Amino acid sequence: MTRIRMTVDGVSYDDDVEPRLLLVHYLRDRLGRTGTPIGCDTSNCGACTVDLDGKAVKSCSVLAVQVDGSVVTTIQGLAGDGPSGAWHPVQKAFHEKHALQCGYCTPGMIMAAVDLLRDNPAPTERDVREGLEGNLCRCTGYQNIVEAVLQAAAELKGATR
Amino acid sequence: MSEIDAGMIATEVASEVSDPDGRIEIGRARLRKEDARLVTGQTNWTDNIQLPGMVHMAVLRSPMAHAKILRVDVSAALARPGVFAAYSGADLAAEQGSLPCAWPVTADMKQPPHPPLAVDEVRYVGDGVAVVVARDRYAAADALEAIEVDYEPLPAVVDMEEALTDKVLVHTDAGTNRCFTWPFANGDYDAVAKQADVVVKRRFIQQRLIPTAMEPRGVVVTPLPASEEYTVYSTTQIPHILRLMLAMVTGTPEQKLRVIAPDVGGGFGSKLNVYAEEVLALLVARRLGRPVKWTESRSEGYQATIHGRDQIQDIEVAAKSDGTLLGLKVELMADLGAYLQLVTPGVPILGAFMFNAIYKMQAYSFTCHGVFTTKTPTDAYRGAGRPEATFGVERIMDELAAELGMDPMELRKKNWISHDEFPYETIAGLTYDSGNYEAATAKAMELFDYDGLRREQQQRRESNDPVQLGIGISTFTEMCGLAPSRVLGTLSYGAGGWEAASIRMLPTGKVEVVTGTAPHGQGHVTAWSQIAADALGVPFEDVEVVHSDTRAAPQGMDTYGSRSLVVGGVAVHLACGKVVEKARRVAAHLLEAAEGDVDFAGGTFSVKGSPEASLPIQQIALATFAGHNLPDGMEPTLNSDYVMDPENFSFPHGTHLCAVDIDTETGFPTIRKYVAVDDVGKVINPMIVEGQVHGGLAQGIAQALYEEAVYDAEGNLTTGSMVDYYVPSAADLPHFTTDRTETPATSNPLGVKGVGEAGTIASTPAVVNAIVDALRPRGINDVRMPCSPERIWRALQGGTS
Repeated sequence: MTRIRMTVDGVSYDDDVEPRLLLVHYLRDRLGRTGTPIGCDTSNCGACTVDLDGKAVKSCSVLAVQVDGSVVTTIQGLAGDGPSGAWHPVQKAFHEKHALQCGYCTPGMIMAAVDLLRDNPAPTERDVREGLEGNLCRCTGYQNIVEAVLQAAAELKGATR
Repeated sequence: MSEIDAGMIATEVASEVSDPDGRIEIGRARLRKEDARLVTGQTNWTDNIQLPGMVHMAVLRSPMAHAKILRVDVSAALARPGVFAAYSGADLAAEQGSLPCAWPVTADMKQPPHPPLAVDEVRYVGDGVAVVVARDRYAAADALEAIEVDYEPLPAVVDMEEALTDKVLVHTDAGTNRCFTWPFANGDYDAVAKQADVVVKRRFIQQRLIPTAMEPRGVVVTPLPASEEYTVYSTTQIPHILRLMLAMVTGTPEQKLRVIAPDVGGGFGSKLNVYAEEVLALLVARRLGRPVKWTESRSEGYQATIHGRDQIQDIEVAAKSDGTLLGLKVELMADLGAYLQLVTPGVPILGAFMFNAIYKMQAYSFTCHGVFTTKTPTDAYRGAGRPEATFGVERIMDELAAELGMDPMELRKKNWISHDEFPYETIAGLTYDSGNYEAATAKAMELFDYDGLRREQQQRRESNDPVQLGIGISTFTEMCGLAPSRVLGTLSYGAGGWEAASIRMLPTGKVEVVTGTAPHGQGHVTAWSQIAADALGVPFEDVEVVHSDTRAAPQGMDTYGSRSLVVGGVAVHLACGKVVEKARRVAAHLLEAAEGDVDFAGGTFSVKGSPEASLPIQQIALATFAGHNLPDGMEPTLNSDYVMDPENFSFPHGTHLCAVDIDTETGFPTIRKYVAVDDVGKVINPMIVEGQVHGGLAQGIAQALYEEAVYDAEGNLTTGSMVDYYVPSAADLPHFTTDRTETPATSNPLGVKGVGEAGTIASTPAVVNAIVDALRPRGINDVRMPCSPERIWRALQGGTS
């Protein structure tokens, strides 16, 4: 067992974990942060994407012990405080552009999109398509996801002007 | 970073209907009620469930495609810390039963036993051999490693034609690998072929696909040992059918079983089944008296969850020199895999009614041979039999056009059912209620600039441009909205095709719609709210939709086959109509008017000629709840049920056009333009419909260009993970141009047709026809799917594709 300490969605935790425990299993099974789902076992699908110290990572590809001392934000910590807190522009755009159907890829897709827009605040359609290449969706055909990310980009740009 | 107040979030995108008062819900692009939870992670996936005392089950799977099981020893696994139990197939043999197949397509169909855990023999890589139960998923995975199994290898048989020689039998007791032969004929094909000026014959291969719903499968069973009750949470599309089947397989009294499909992350047919793990988790929970969870890993699921497609299609078409179709002959081999799952044999049979598509002809002959191989079972995957058929017919129409030197669109126009011929009884015996192929095609050709692109194609051919342009057509229809129960009976299906709805008018005037459909991404909560809001005259926001729990929504036939709206949504509409009639009776009583003099509009009952005498439906609901002053003999409730059994299938159609650029030096294909004009009849929510089309297109294009489940000669799945099985990303897919024409269905009161599978059915042949069209001047008349750059390049080098 290894002792780790991290902040997840604004709450700090101090835990003993097996060194092999994946971050996503720590989040889901130990902390009950089940908003982050698991879609594969090969780091292909991106459903488990979370924010780790300001960068998007696939939480199935990170060991919990590697995250000792870090700050993790999941889809459940992206909106403002409380269960009906203010949504992030990307969350809002996904809703308004019908960028989700079953919703299973959505947490990872949104977290990846937030990261993409941090790196490239004014992406083209091609930039968005290539920037989200590591996140798979089986329902939407991606068209509305791309439109949602472009809408969120425009909104974020307007907000910072 | 700016944040937006949740209260400011829009609830609707720009409306398409003329509705100045904003009161009509049907036709509005309402944003989805489902989304708020899903975009904030407040979800309830099956794998999220954690319960006191819950244990985790893991399944040991065969690494061999075919072998005798000589010995299974679980003792070392049992000795590990945190392990509660471990069972071999033999340990459970007396209680595990056989997994059900509900579609014995012929009287003499071979239906071998399908034990949830193999007992004597394994028949595909991934066949379950033993289970362990441990305190957490890591301990269970460790314990699997400690189970010892001795196998005696038997030969694999992975190729259908080889399997039909019966040299290697998948099921020795069946005596043959031919599960069934299902013939259909109307007219004398051989006679018309003799009269034909041209006969074109082709073999097309429908490769095997892996459905890959983003949520892996899982199940949680919570037992109440004292009262022998079980609650089964499953990632299923079919909670109601699953409950019935689990009762029948395990002998658990049906009334003691409650099945809940919580949030379900996509299905596409792969969750339209009764799986071994659902049975095993129930048996283990019964034995241990503890909640049990099993969740597949993705790679495990690629072996243990059904696959789709996998056919060899020998197709022959006979025509006159002017292009008039005379007849069509189809000989199918369908790879069923090692066992029959819930509807495995019925899937290719659905194609029998679709190969003739939108075309008129004098003779049609269809034969399907279902074949066992030592591979994962196949079953329904988005479209289920109809994409395969549509591919076959739309490909051969292009081949016939090439043979005749006709434009492929002209050939189609010459042979399709014209809009004034509906209702039309097809050569396959179905009656298409409505359609307008001319209108959809005209719209698609204009959006696509068909003539302009044909001119460009000609120029590029003449200039020998290294990038060649191909144009692909798919003028498709499909049968969906499964289905009239009587028709299913004639096809030997084991159940009906009805759907149930109940409306609960609450005392406050709010509404609960209870539906028997089981949505897993389709947006039923939003769309059913729209239907109920219009029918009852209540606000959209006042409607809640209850579904996917056999205790809360006790009657249902679930979600598959593009049936939910045309059967279940129509049931909601009709159940609301019964509520209104009950409420009208109460209103008439309270308003002291004759029932026939009370009108209902916009949620208000009023007396003809005296509009001031009126009562809103909400007030009627409260008065009925109180029961103080009701008509004599009336039950004090407005609640109403409707079970809708459709009179016909639903026949959406459309015209899809695809332009593909092919770099002839590298073989790389690029979809340059994709236009889909679909006619799905009346539309409840155009935003949701468009989303369904987009997703369908992506899956159909994926079959054409990217996806294939590959087995080696020993029966190993070599595309056994997402690393090797190419599910396309946003970067791989084009922007789609979508539009609609609207020819209402005449078979239901809403005029609606199914949409869930249309995009998948239509798009695969559109893409492959475009690729072949680009290459045809080089003497190429087929490229096997998926049409990878390598296959196209090899075809261009004159090799085999």
